[in-house]
Parts: sequence; C-alpha cells; structure tokens
Amino acid sequence: MTAFRMPSLGADMETGTLVEWLVKPGDRVKHGDIVAVVETQKGAIEIEIFQTGLIEQILVGTGAKVPVGTSLANVLSDEEAKAGTAAAVVPEAGAPPFAAIAVPRRSVGPPPPPIVVPPGAEGRMRVSPAARRFAQRLGIDLAAITGTGPASAIIRADVERIQAEAMPPKPKAAIGLNLDAMREAIAAAMARSKREIPHYYLQHDVDVTLCEEWLARTNAARPPDSRLLLGALVIKGVALATRRFPAFNGFYREGKFEPAAVIHVGVAIAIRGGGLAAPAIHNVDRLSLDDLMVRMRDLVQRTRAGRIRGSEIADTTITVSSLGERGVESLYGVIYPPQVAIVGVGKATSRPRVVDGHVAVRSIVTVTLSADHRASDGHAGALFLANIGKLLQEPEKL
Amino acid sequence: MSSVEIHSVVCEELNNIAPEVDMQSVNPSADLREALDIDSMDFLNFITAIHRRLGVDIPELDYPKLITLDGAITYLQKKLGGGNKG
Repeated sequence: MTAFRMPSLGADMETGTLVEWLVKPGDRVKHGDIVAVVETQKGAIEIEIFQTGLIEQILVGTGAKVPVGTSLANVLSDEEAKAGTAAAVVPEAGAPPFAAIAVPRRSVGPPPPPIVVPPGAEGRMRVSPAARRFAQRLGIDLAAITGTGPASAIIRADVERIQAEAMPPKPKAAIGLNLDAMREAIAAAMARSKREIPHYYLQHDVDVTLCEEWLARTNAARPPDSRLLLGALVIKGVALATRRFPAFNGFYREGKFEPAAVIHVGVAIAIRGGGLAAPAIHNVDRLSLDDLMVRMRDLVQRTRAGRIRGSEIADTTITVSSLGERGVESLYGVIYPPQVAIVGVGKATSRPRVVDGHVAVRSIVTVTLSADHRASDGHAGALFLANIGKLLQEPEKL
Repeated sequence: MSSVEIHSVVCEELNNIAPEVDMQSVNPSADLREALDIDSMDFLNFITAIHRRLGVDIPELDYPKLITLDGAITYLQKKLGGGNKG
C-alpha cells in the first residue's frame, strides 16, 4: 500500500486545500489520472496520481487545508488488491460503509458534494466530474438538476442550463481562477527572483523569414485545426538548443545548480483580466511540431479556463515568454525560481537585413535570454541564443 | 445565411475567446486583435471555430480580410452566398 500525498506545486507552496475528490474508495486509478482538485495560490489545480492500483481509503475530506506531503489517500497496488481485503472492493462487496471511511477528518468547508452517496445504492446520482466541479463552484445543488447525459448523468451543459436560468446573462468568467491570489503568487515569486537571482541579459536578432515561408507552405494545405504557429517553432527551437546547453535547464536549489534530465518548457500564458501562468509542456524536445502545437492549444485553453494540472506547474525546467505579434520587439523575462533561465520572444517585424551582400526586407524576431549567473555565464548564454537562431533557419528539421 | 445570422455566429465565437467583451460596443471597423486583445493563438481558434460551424474554408492568406468585424462578415457572406447560388 502506498500513500497518495498532497503534491508540491512549486517551491513556494506550503499547503493546499482539497476542493474536490474525483475518485472514491474502490475506484481503479492509473498513472496520470486526475483524481482530485486542489486550491492553491495559483488557482484550482487538477491533481494527477502517479500510482496505478485501487483507491483503498480517502484520508482527507473536501475543504481541508493540509501541508504539502500529507497523505490524502491510501492506494493498493494491483497485487495487493487481488490479494483482497474487503475494503479494496467496497463497491461490489458493499462492506464498510463508504461514507464513514470517506471523510474521517473533514473539518471546515462546504458540505460534501453528493460524491459520498454509497456507490450502487438506489438513486445514485451520476454526475460528470466537470459538472460536479462547475456546480460546486457556483453553489448549485446537483439534486435539483435533471441530467441529459448518458444514462441520465448530469453533464456540464445541464449545470450551465440551470445557471443560465438562475441568473441574467453575463460574461462568462473562468472558473478555478482567483486573480487576486494569482497576483499574490506572481508578486511573491518575482520578488524572490529579483532578491535572490543575479540575472544577466542577452539579446539576439533571429531571421524567421524561412520559418514564415515554411509555415505558409505547410499551412496552405491544412484545415485550421491543424495549422501551426510561429510560436510552436520557436518553442521547439528553444527545447532543442536546451539539449545542447544544459546550463539553462534545471533548478538552482540549496546553493547549487541541478541540471534537469528532461526538458519541460513552461509557456507563459496571459490570463484575460490580468494574471499570468506558465504551465509546462513536457519533453518538448521529443515532440513533433504537430504534437507540440496540439499541446499548446490545449494548454492555452485550459489555462485560461482555470484548469491547469499539477504536473504542469510543478516541474518546469525552463520558461519561454512571448508577448505575441502585437506586442513589443523585445522583452526580458524575470526568471521563475528555482529555474535558471527564461527566453523572451518579441514580435516578428519586417526589418532591412543584408543577405548575400544585398539589402533585403526580412522578418526578424528578437530573442532574449535572462539567465541565472550562478548557473551559467554570458559566453554560454550567447552560444545558446545563437543556436536557437541557427535551428530556426531549418524549420523543416524542427 | 443572412448577414444577421453570420454576425451572431461571429460575435458568439469571438465571445468564447474574449468573454468579457461586449460585442455590441466593438467598432465594426476596428482591428479585432486590438479591440479584443487577442493573440495569434486566439485568432487561430476563432478561425477554427468558424470553419467548424459554418464549414467555410479560410486559408491563411485570407486572414487579413477577417481582421475587422465588418470584414469578417462580408468575407463569410461572400463565401457562403457563393456556395448557395450554385
């Protein structure tokens, strides 16, 4: 039996509030399943489990605020489950009353959602996780809703319908986003960064004309949902350059630099209404451009809707920040501790350049590097930026 | 499809991207990227949504024609109208 614990979702996180369980005792889980929602300074985060097996017991109820590392649930491995304790097969055997073991330590917070109705009991309410979360946030009683999903399950659209009936139409606000808390988290992280990290800054102008031509050719034959953006090429270029220059990928902790073995690129995403999050895309150096683009689109949409996953904010190894094509020509990022580098990408502008001895109009992006001088020096930084520029001259190889 | 219907689909999809914007108050000849504070990813999502809902193929080369509300409606009307005549 292993413990599923409150994860650390960043160096500055000490506690988390368990907002919702998406599993119950007896449920099978596998590596990567989203099993709970935890409220942190960064908003509501969907927490994945990294064990495979059976949820035996839930130890912390909804509404409880607990320190990082606290056991939230016990998980049985498949072997243990087969060996079979009654508790491991609660729903079928119906042995110990589920509600009794479900929330032994429930303290403060809202009344438990109908999730604690014993499975298999008469009149069990079928509710999709998204609908349950949405209803809970809006304070809507699920019992009052008629489900229209499969097997009369309540789906998110049903909750939206009830909400629309209950209140006058108004702009949809993203759920799970607390912009005030996010502002505090940004303030704390950035103040710490400027206090502790001796930044140095470099900039390099990269000709992206070939990238744009390649994109135009590639996208011409594609429907909108599979088109690529320049941003994906740049992020891939950064990841590939990072492979060759490991001094910009990793963490500075307890007085020393720990290079990371993987390349998880944080993508700075602006939240409408103010705020910023930089969730990571994992193993970017090993993703195809198409896969990377799919992940980027998904990540931007989920981030703006307040649905970031725990693993996406906990293990970023390097960050890329871009202010978009309407932004400025160059930006210098502030490193997100404990990372050691952030790459800033300005907007592409047409500028005169000398190409083969002639002046030509080219599309230029200024790429910058803010790096931690404790982990690297300007010489390596310059080579790193130059390598990004070089990789972007052969977009078809990215 | 009438221009009123196209207008409502366009506004609805733009509102999905920029929920807090009152589309009635957007100047129909203003650059949508400025007026709605949307980036290239948002714009691509908008084009994707329009493609899905109206079945209109919008090549990248035509993006500049959809940069204003008026421009987008005129463009889509032409595309849809052209299809219906045949």
